[in-house]
Amino acid sequence: MKIALFATCIVDAMYPSTARATVSILERLGHDVVFPAGQACCGQMHLNSGYFPEAVPVVRNHVEAFEAEEYDVAVAPSGSCVASVKHQHAMLARTVGDADLESRATAVGVRTYELSALLTDVLGVTDAAAQLGSWYPHRVTYHPSCHGMRLLRLGDRQADLLRSVEGLQLEPLPEADQCCGFGGTFSLKNADVSSAMLADKNANIAATGAQLCTGGDASCLMHIGGGLSREGSSISTLHFAEILASTREHPAPPPDAIRGRTRNAARLAGKAHQ
Amino acid sequence: MSARTEILDRLRSALHDAPEAPEIPRKYRHTSGMNEAELIELLRDRLLDYKAGVSVVDEASVPARVAELLAGTASYVVPAGLDARWTALAPGRVVDSPEEPLSVEELDGADAVVTGSAAAVAETGTIILDGSPGQGRRACSLIPDHHVCLVRAGDIYGVLPEAVRRLDVTHPLTWISGPSATSDIELQRVEGVHGPRRLDVVIIRS
Amino acid sequence: MSSTYLGMPGVPVFGSGNLHTAEPFPVAARRELDNEQLRANLGHATHTIRDKRLRVVAELPDWEELREAGSATKTAVMARLPELLEEFEGNFTARGGIIHWARDAAEANEIVRELIRDAGADEVVKVKSMATQEIGLNEYLEEQGISAFETDLAELIVQLDHDKPSHILVPAIHKNRSQIRDIFLREMPDVDPDLTDTPARLAEAARLHLRRKFLSAKVAISGANFALADTGTLAVVESEGNGRMCLTLPETLITVMGVEKLLPSWTDLEVFMQLLPRSSTGERMNPYTSLWTGVTEGDGPQNVHLVLLDNGRSAALADERGRSALHCIRCSACMNVCPVYERTGGHAYGSTYPGPIGAILSPLLTGITSEENASLPYASSLCGACYDACPVKINIPEILVHLRSEDVQSRRGTKKVPGQMDVAMKAASWVMGSGRRMALVEKALPLGKLAAGPDRKIKKLPGVAAGWTRSRDLPAPPTQSFRDWWAKEHEQTASKEQA
Repeated sequence: MKIALFATCIVDAMYPSTARATVSILERLGHDVVFPAGQACCGQMHLNSGYFPEAVPVVRNHVEAFEAEEYDVAVAPSGSCVASVKHQHAMLARTVGDADLESRATAVGVRTYELSALLTDVLGVTDAAAQLGSWYPHRVTYHPSCHGMRLLRLGDRQADLLRSVEGLQLEPLPEADQCCGFGGTFSLKNADVSSAMLADKNANIAATGAQLCTGGDASCLMHIGGGLSREGSSISTLHFAEILASTREHPAPPPDAIRGRTRNAARLAGKAHQ
Repeated sequence: MSARTEILDRLRSALHDAPEAPEIPRKYRHTSGMNEAELIELLRDRLLDYKAGVSVVDEASVPARVAELLAGTASYVVPAGLDARWTALAPGRVVDSPEEPLSVEELDGADAVVTGSAAAVAETGTIILDGSPGQGRRACSLIPDHHVCLVRAGDIYGVLPEAVRRLDVTHPLTWISGPSATSDIELQRVEGVHGPRRLDVVIIRS
Repeated sequence: MSSTYLGMPGVPVFGSGNLHTAEPFPVAARRELDNEQLRANLGHATHTIRDKRLRVVAELPDWEELREAGSATKTAVMARLPELLEEFEGNFTARGGIIHWARDAAEANEIVRELIRDAGADEVVKVKSMATQEIGLNEYLEEQGISAFETDLAELIVQLDHDKPSHILVPAIHKNRSQIRDIFLREMPDVDPDLTDTPARLAEAARLHLRRKFLSAKVAISGANFALADTGTLAVVESEGNGRMCLTLPETLITVMGVEKLLPSWTDLEVFMQLLPRSSTGERMNPYTSLWTGVTEGDGPQNVHLVLLDNGRSAALADERGRSALHCIRCSACMNVCPVYERTGGHAYGSTYPGPIGAILSPLLTGITSEENASLPYASSLCGACYDACPVKINIPEILVHLRSEDVQSRRGTKKVPGQMDVAMKAASWVMGSGRRMALVEKALPLGKLAAGPDRKIKKLPGVAAGWTRSRDLPAPPTQSFRDWWAKEHEQTASKEQA
């Protein structure tokens, strides 16, 4: 299958190892991965902040970038960005009265999958250890991000994949369904409420005894990780794609090596891909 | 322009896009398919959960059961039209009728009230009074602190839609699901506020 | 039919009364967040109710079907609102009820005052009502020399404490039992001085306090949960029996209700009376529901009035993308599950309507530019818990985003200098509108190291981003974007294949 990768802007610019891990997983399963070069961002930040006219060129760019490429399905390692592509793009086009963009955006949205949904529903991955060689011998807890949970109805897909990773001990997160408080510009405009939500989330994470918190959205993990780092916590964060990509031969960095790891991780993930 | 005309005009112009009224999908349950024994058991369970008292009796045992429930009661109200046999063994009966209605003070002075009911919903533990003879006006079943309510098994329905479709809503309706209660303090349910603090339901088997 | 209906949008007429926040939400939220007791009380209460709601909702195999029916019914009501109001009016009036129409809060208040005067009363008992809260009826009546006694336990607590409600269902949710005992000891003249803080004792104290009032009141004021167009029936849903007291004992009953509360027919109640109790108090059914149709001889009030209130509802109805906010049945499930409400409480929202529904309803009723109401749609992380919990499926997150766009739009051109956020969004739109430009900007990623400390963390950001670094670090960006890596990787692969 030919799979178009939508890296998402935050992963592209801040967490490239997550995109490389995604490529690595899909290639391991024998699929061709293409990267539509024109892609940039889903436009969610503009949309959710109410800047509709400014969101239009971003959405249009996304639609054009993915129309320009030949592929069977598109995938992104993010529940939030996929929800935006699937639900918000057409809504925006409708709102600004662009029927042509609306139908084109709908067509792109229909073929776009969140990573765990693609792996589970389309590619038939049920046992990451057996099918991907996934190995990550650490105590991990998992935060299900809101948009994946409520807009995409991902259910237990991400958690089930994690449970099937060899050596991984998944610690249940109390009040897992509670928002971490990120919410895009919410974390800036209502920084105090956002911080209060984050403090509770991180207290729950700490209570699990896990060494690392994983999830399916780099933005939420950046938020959670940013708070943990400020608190001086020893708990780190890592996208679940990187855990699935981790093998005995090319392991993802262990939890204690992740904090402030950007450079090392990039090198390790690069190696893993080769 | 009158307020009426102006508001209706505002509303009409608010619907400038002429939105369509959709068909209402009614795929929810309209019947429960339960038999009498199941209905009684479910109703009993729900009412007990609300901290109501529940007895299930044959018609012949109603007078004795009512008398037991009213033991120690100096006086109790019955609405006109309630089968006199049901309260025959309990002394202290005072009748409230449209011709001779009791005053609020008299109702407040009674220890209890005994009424019939129009319908009951098992799944929600709800008893419905519609003001027909034997059920009385609304004040009757409200002011006395103890309500003994008779429910015929044949009037119990499994789910709300079954009951709703058998009632005449132009009668004043009172739906009762347990004794009065409040969740206003820390969202914890506490039984017993302004309405009757004690509710005893007597379910009469067919 | 009206002859003036022209089939085009009129100028929306917004509502007035207790629908505004006087200070921006973040400012109010910050103050409330500092109140540890408040947060403890709210956390405890909202968690209790969430669990109860989930339990009773899970019991029903057809919950989603009921939500679908509820949502479609309300959509139909909005589409047919003028004709349904006329149908209701005809039926209510035919059975002896009297209808009054009020364009706004002030008009509704005056109507109620006149009706109380006509009844020769100078005090009234009240059953909890959001509509009268919204129009500020109690304050108005007090100015006019009429005492209004709230009879719902939580409303009574709030009134005795000279406080404001902070939740639409449980107005005193921000108070715990010992605070309530203290209020009763302080404010109830004939209270037992040995009153304890057990909820049952507190409820009994309220019973004793209000009993005489109920039995002697001449006039009662209520709201209504539902109005049935095909029969002219009104419904009040309650728990304590204070509603039954008010609706049954006085000679005169005045109900104040928003025009959007209609349901087309009596059988629609079979849907809403399954949705409402489970969503609000987490009960299978609330203890008492009263339905009345005009006047019934020999049973209950013989003077039955209804004040139908617009107060901005027509303006909300005119907003095609916001009008479904009027579907709200005031169950409060959205606030009980909202992570923002849980931490700030209801007072931070200023308006009578707090929480997620308030964040959309208040600005829809008043207009987005009114006072500080434009700050309300931003009081959400868009986590979507409210939409999932809403029994009539109001897509609150989508309306929040819609209202944010209205806010941004309303500010365009009015400011001489665009704000930092405007500039940032404009710039980001230009960059993110093209993969090529994005790639160009990403070339500068290594510069991010300069902002980071030796631990490769950014601890202080300027301007609008400063809120982030108040409690969070930001990792230093990587030296190479994914895009860059991919391009090089594929160039390598391509050149290997050629060789």
